[in-house]
Amino acid sequence: MTTTHDEATDPYAESSQTTSGPVYTVTGQDWDSVAGGEEGRAERIVVNMGPQHPSTHGVLRLILEVDGETVTEARCGIGYLHTGIEKNMEFRTWTQGVTFCTRMDYIAPFYNEYVYVAGVEKLLGITDQVPEKAQVMRVLLMELNRVASHLVAIATGGMELGALTVMTCGFRDRELILDVFELITGLRMNHGFIRPGGVAQDLPPGALDKVTETVKLLRKRLPEYAALCNANPIFKGRLQEVGYLDLAGCLSLGITGPALRATGYDWDLRKKQPYCGYEDYDFDVVTWDRPDSYGRFRVRQDEMRQSLRIVEQAAARLAGLDGAPVMIEDKKIAWPAQLAVSADGQGNSLEHIKHIMGESMEALIHHFKLVTEGFRVPAGQAYTSVESPRGELSCHVVSDGGTRPYRAHFRDPSFVNLQGTSVMSEGGMIADVVVAIASIDPVMGGVDR
Amino acid sequence: MSEDKPTQRVDEPAQSPEPAPSGDATASGAARSSRPDEHDRSDNHAGDKAKSPGETTQDVSNESVTAARVDQLMPSDATELEVVDVRQGMFGIHGSGDTSGYGGLTRPVVLRSPSTRPYGGWFDEVADRFETVLHEHGTGEAIEKVVVDRGEITFLIRRAHIRTVAQLLRDDAALRFEVCSGVSGVHYPHETGRELHALYHLLSMTHNRRIRLEVAVPDADPHLPSVVGVYPTADWHERETYDFFGLVFDDHPALTRIEMPDDWPGHPQRKDYPLGGIPVEYKGATIAPPDQRRSYT
Repeated sequence: MTTTHDEATDPYAESSQTTSGPVYTVTGQDWDSVAGGEEGRAERIVVNMGPQHPSTHGVLRLILEVDGETVTEARCGIGYLHTGIEKNMEFRTWTQGVTFCTRMDYIAPFYNEYVYVAGVEKLLGITDQVPEKAQVMRVLLMELNRVASHLVAIATGGMELGALTVMTCGFRDRELILDVFELITGLRMNHGFIRPGGVAQDLPPGALDKVTETVKLLRKRLPEYAALCNANPIFKGRLQEVGYLDLAGCLSLGITGPALRATGYDWDLRKKQPYCGYEDYDFDVVTWDRPDSYGRFRVRQDEMRQSLRIVEQAAARLAGLDGAPVMIEDKKIAWPAQLAVSADGQGNSLEHIKHIMGESMEALIHHFKLVTEGFRVPAGQAYTSVESPRGELSCHVVSDGGTRPYRAHFRDPSFVNLQGTSVMSEGGMIADVVVAIASIDPVMGGVDR
Repeated sequence: MSEDKPTQRVDEPAQSPEPAPSGDATASGAARSSRPDEHDRSDNHAGDKAKSPGETTQDVSNESVTAARVDQLMPSDATELEVVDVRQGMFGIHGSGDTSGYGGLTRPVVLRSPSTRPYGGWFDEVADRFETVLHEHGTGEAIEKVVVDRGEITFLIRRAHIRTVAQLLRDDAALRFEVCSGVSGVHYPHETGRELHALYHLLSMTHNRRIRLEVAVPDADPHLPSVVGVYPTADWHERETYDFFGLVFDDHPALTRIEMPDDWPGHPQRKDYPLGGIPVEYKGATIAPPDQRRSYT
């Protein structure tokens, strides 16, 4: 196929005249003809990478201006996964909102759920009334989720380098954690498990044994990543000094999480502004001394070990909290429905159905009103922040005193961190753009919401 | 929230024959003649064919209860209470008759009013320093009011000063809010003349503090200065706020849509923008789209 100025030949590979010269849309196979015709002219080549590209970490579109193999300008095009989660939440009850926001950053759903629920609880003024067991369960799930998320970061990062073994290992081990999630919440992803006032359900029998067993297995397997990658010359050659971003750059661009800690600054909200009882756990904040892709990889690796420490402590605390409540005592807020596993693997608790349908009309009315109408939240606004695997995840919730959020806005770390793309990749090779983006691990579901 | 001005409706309790509770700023001022038909909310009493005089009295006493509640809800350090809405009935339904007998119940929805000193904790320290710095810079009038609520402090800033304020908050060593955590917008269509709000969530890692700046602009003139020059991270946040609310951040390097397609009409997160959706048919029954279903507020 030739690229000519006759626009009728191919509408998908046309050329046009602009103020800055002719613009060709290249669709593949025709590069020679375009380059041939343009020889001798000053070249300004803009390469569009994505949004459907295996190495852009999701539906991310990169617009790269290149000079040979060197990137001179890099821009991101986002919005391909925008689903209007924030708008949708304004049309559901406060409790139903969890079902929506859990789907934002789908690699780390518990953080989305918790940050929103923490905002609702702050608005209600019930943060201190959430039962201890619910808080410990939240920490347990969040920290397991951090391990799962970091495993995906390392796995997909490896895949984008061509290190497929890292990918298969990472997804293999993440699967172990998803099995735990499935046992506890009933779902592998999109749990909707953390609810205003507590969590949806108590731990099922055998859950703590499963957690202990999984942590034991992960403790054995995590060193495999270190053995495979840490001193691997190809791995180091691809990652070291790539995607460099120092502390001043991180702060001005608002970049948090492993990228910030790789600069050596121990900023971790779990320690600095503890929430959900994190002050009661013994763990270290991991930092690194080189703010490049390799440093971020090492921070993630060590953070997984710290998370396993927290999981063990949470599991030990939960062992002593058998039978304790997992939902707030205030029946005007506590979700009334209870679930049980029936023959088909799901269903309502027969005990609860018997109570509301056969014994107490008031219980039925209460259940009906709370489930269909929801509770009211005093008017005002609140801002809550948590340390998600990717950095500071915040939620700004506004209430007008009604049963639905007046506005829920999420400050997703992937969204903010992606702004670092241009500073991290301009002046480098095209292949390094992939590494730099993988090192901040953006999840497009969170970026676009 | 209702479209009309709710503040006027809260004045109604003043018509109560009972003496207003002492210190009730809302109820004591007005002294209008009481007309019983004013309280006749027959639309809320679809089930009640004839209203007895006793019921009218009940309505009136309900409203005096409302006044008393406003009084109770007023925090000791507050100068006035900002009533944003008045709820009627018990179940938050609209458009159908309330046969429950609770139709006459009215409750005010209040926002925390401007706080007075002391704010508590480090809030005073920050506010003192902030005011000093503003005065030194000759922009003492930048702060419209300060609200302390739920352990968070919000400074309402007049829009012309937001960029200067951000610069001072970032650069002063005692304040040092070096990170802008995010910018978000909220649309309050009932606040005439200040419909669109932009909120800046600032974080000081040095002092481990968070504050919030709030700027309100009218829908008719939705311009405010961009803070990208101070906080480069606000770039995408401001684009997002523009995209969803139509707030125009002047001097932003490239204020284009970010989440929606470039040629998208309208600003989707505004309250007058419909959620959209189509009815879904399932097993013969049709379920209306979420924004058209029966809902409770």
